Amino acid sequence: MSDTTQNGPMLAADGTTLKRSLARSLRREKTRALLLISPLLFFVFLSFIVPIVSMLFRSVENSIVQDTLPETVVALQSWDAQSGELPDEDVYAAFVRDMLVAIDEKTHTRLGSRLNYEETGMSSMFRRSGRQIKRLDPVEDAPFKDKLIEIHDGWGEVQTWAVIKTHSVQYTDGYFLNAIDMQRTVDGPAVQPENKQILIQLFWRTLQMSLIITGFCILLGYPVAWILANLPMRTANLLMILVLLPFWTSLLVRTSAWKVMLQQQGVINDVLVWLGMVDDAARLIIINNQIGTIIAMTHILLPFMILPMYSVMQTIPPTYLRAAKSLGASNWTAFWRVYFPQSVPGIGAGSILVFILAIGYYITPEIVGGTKGVFISNRIAYHISSSLNWGLAAALGTILLAAVLILYWAYDKIVGIDNVKLGG
Amino acid sequence: MSDTTVDGAFVQFDRVQKSYDGETLVVKDLNLALPRGEFLTMLGPSGSGKTTCLMMLAGFETATHGDILLDGQPINNIPPHKRGIGMVFQNYALFPHMTVAENLSFPLEVRKMGKSDREAKVKRALDMVQMGAFGGRRPAQLSGGQQQRIALARALVFEPELVLMDEPLGALDKQLREHMQFEITRLAHELGITTVYVTHDQTEALTMSDRVAVFDDGRIQQLAPPDQLYEEPTNSFVAQFIGENNTLEGVISKISGDTCVVRLDNGDEIDAKPINVSAVGDRTKVSIRPERVEFNKDRLNPDAHLLKAEVKEFIYMGDIFRFRLSVAGNDDFIVKTRNAPDAVRLTPGQTIDIGWLAQDCRALDA
Repeated sequence: MSDTTQNGPMLAADGTTLKRSLARSLRREKTRALLLISPLLFFVFLSFIVPIVSMLFRSVENSIVQDTLPETVVALQSWDAQSGELPDEDVYAAFVRDMLVAIDEKTHTRLGSRLNYEETGMSSMFRRSGRQIKRLDPVEDAPFKDKLIEIHDGWGEVQTWAVIKTHSVQYTDGYFLNAIDMQRTVDGPAVQPENKQILIQLFWRTLQMSLIITGFCILLGYPVAWILANLPMRTANLLMILVLLPFWTSLLVRTSAWKVMLQQQGVINDVLVWLGMVDDAARLIIINNQIGTIIAMTHILLPFMILPMYSVMQTIPPTYLRAAKSLGASNWTAFWRVYFPQSVPGIGAGSILVFILAIGYYITPEIVGGTKGVFISNRIAYHISSSLNWGLAAALGTILLAAVLILYWAYDKIVGIDNVKLGG
Repeated sequence: MSDTTVDGAFVQFDRVQKSYDGETLVVKDLNLALPRGEFLTMLGPSGSGKTTCLMMLAGFETATHGDILLDGQPINNIPPHKRGIGMVFQNYALFPHMTVAENLSFPLEVRKMGKSDREAKVKRALDMVQMGAFGGRRPAQLSGGQQQRIALARALVFEPELVLMDEPLGALDKQLREHMQFEITRLAHELGITTVYVTHDQTEALTMSDRVAVFDDGRIQQLAPPDQLYEEPTNSFVAQFIGENNTLEGVISKISGDTCVVRLDNGDEIDAKPINVSAVGDRTKVSIRPERVEFNKDRLNPDAHLLKAEVKEFIYMGDIFRFRLSVAGNDDFIVKTRNAPDAVRLTPGQTIDIGWLAQDCRALDA
């Protein structure tokens, strides 16, 4: 070939390098493909990437103290919080000036709520002091130290100023520390008092229950998928409709139905009592606890396990089992040594799907979980809609996202994501 | 039904019937006996029941009626994994998640054989099919022909006395297929195993087998060694199915011993050998192989009945010439002749006389 005798890059017919010529000819196709997917790309960017980035940002963002009390923050820099003494008059004067601006802009209550996450009582302190500070004149009424302490005892406590100083940084790890039952203090990170420690336990419970639910889905789904894959096409399609039926019913309706079923005066208990298997006085408590959540979520997530398993099993020809038997393997050996290993990718795909869905589940645990059966996402929802501590909610969400990504990575290392098949 | 047991038969089908739906029989009254070491091919069009017979023998289908005997013992109630029959499947069915060596080791493992024994046997089996270097590969990394060899080795590694093969060469290209045909027959004879081979490829059946059972409509139409099957078909299905064949239809007009005269539908008369016709007036299809038709004037027997034929087409095939003639209303009458120095080349449009020896022209059922 003449090409191989040339030194340097290969040339196309018109003398440009072959690489560039190829790139040019492919560019049009690439542009067109990009244009075709651009609406989706735009949508994904707006509704998926932007919220996630904003959530990640919100979990560390903490400019409210600096923005609301700029002079106070500067003045506090020279104060040593560990000295055990109150700050100087400078700090109090700066604080009054900052507060007058803040009261004017009505931002002081928001700051109060923010600091209240760290130190209970701060919210009402800011709200109540605000009304009286409003009447002070920044020049004539000086000095302020004693006046402020008179307005609210809190201003005479070292802890108050320590909290303001500790949380005056622009970016904080405080929310993340809160999310794992710790807090940022003057002395650095410290463990929360025992009565406030709930989140780590909740994370563990979420992980454990998701694993249990995934396990039950495998146990219940595998035989169904096997039957679906080995029945004649027509019967299989009919059964498939039964598997898919739950998808056509609202999640809320299905979960509420479980409420009816599982109650102490509900269908299951009534039937058990009627059959005499359970004493009327000792009806089973299977709702508003972990059992309730596990039962309802296993049922709701089961199709997500069956479908990937089915699509993998469908691609395993029955001749493999026949071959194994002809080679002398009993039914069980043939299944376990030949069929099962080939169906593992389906189990893997189903497990990832169910586990990731379960770990972030909200509605079902909320309705049937009571207090013992709720997940971390219920806590996130609480912080978003009730306590309005969005920073903590964002930190919890970020940790959840990181946990899923780490598990996915680990799964890829151990099983290999190439071995996962969602479809034939 | 020990009264019908054939003495010395290794595999025997005794009045076996099979129905899937309870309305039609897929296999009708099958009787077949194989001596030890025989290579028997079940040949037939699809739906003729040959694969069903194989599956019944392997134990994957149960016979609706009748007995299947292996070495004199009825095996109807023995599950497939206890029959000890080696089997090669159409698409090889090599386990994709195991290496080649693990695939071969599998039947030995389930037989609880020790590790060193297993390794020795696997190695011997791989060497037997010239795949010794491939033990560590996965089936997906092998070509079709290599997979075929591994499937064969796996079916033989546990030393079964009977091996079943279900169209094992169907997925290979022609050249490889011919090579593997030779390979399989060589191994079968060397190891002295009894083989039942299912195919719809008649060349395969003719070249490989000791005997061929031609299946059609759930019955064995003829069971004979390949040469007999080709040269002496006993009914018109077999004559049509095996090899190329010319058919002329007519009525028996004279019959005496092993010759008869057939009056064709256009009035011409020809000499034939009666096979399954018995009386004057029977309708018959006469069958003549293309290479047994003579048109060289010097070699035609002037005493025999000759037919007029018009040459329609001449096809040059290198080693042979092939002519399509119009004979007694049949436009697809094929004649073949070897490309010899004295071979006559006919030209389309030419009219010639054709004839044959009476014993090559078989009068069969209509």
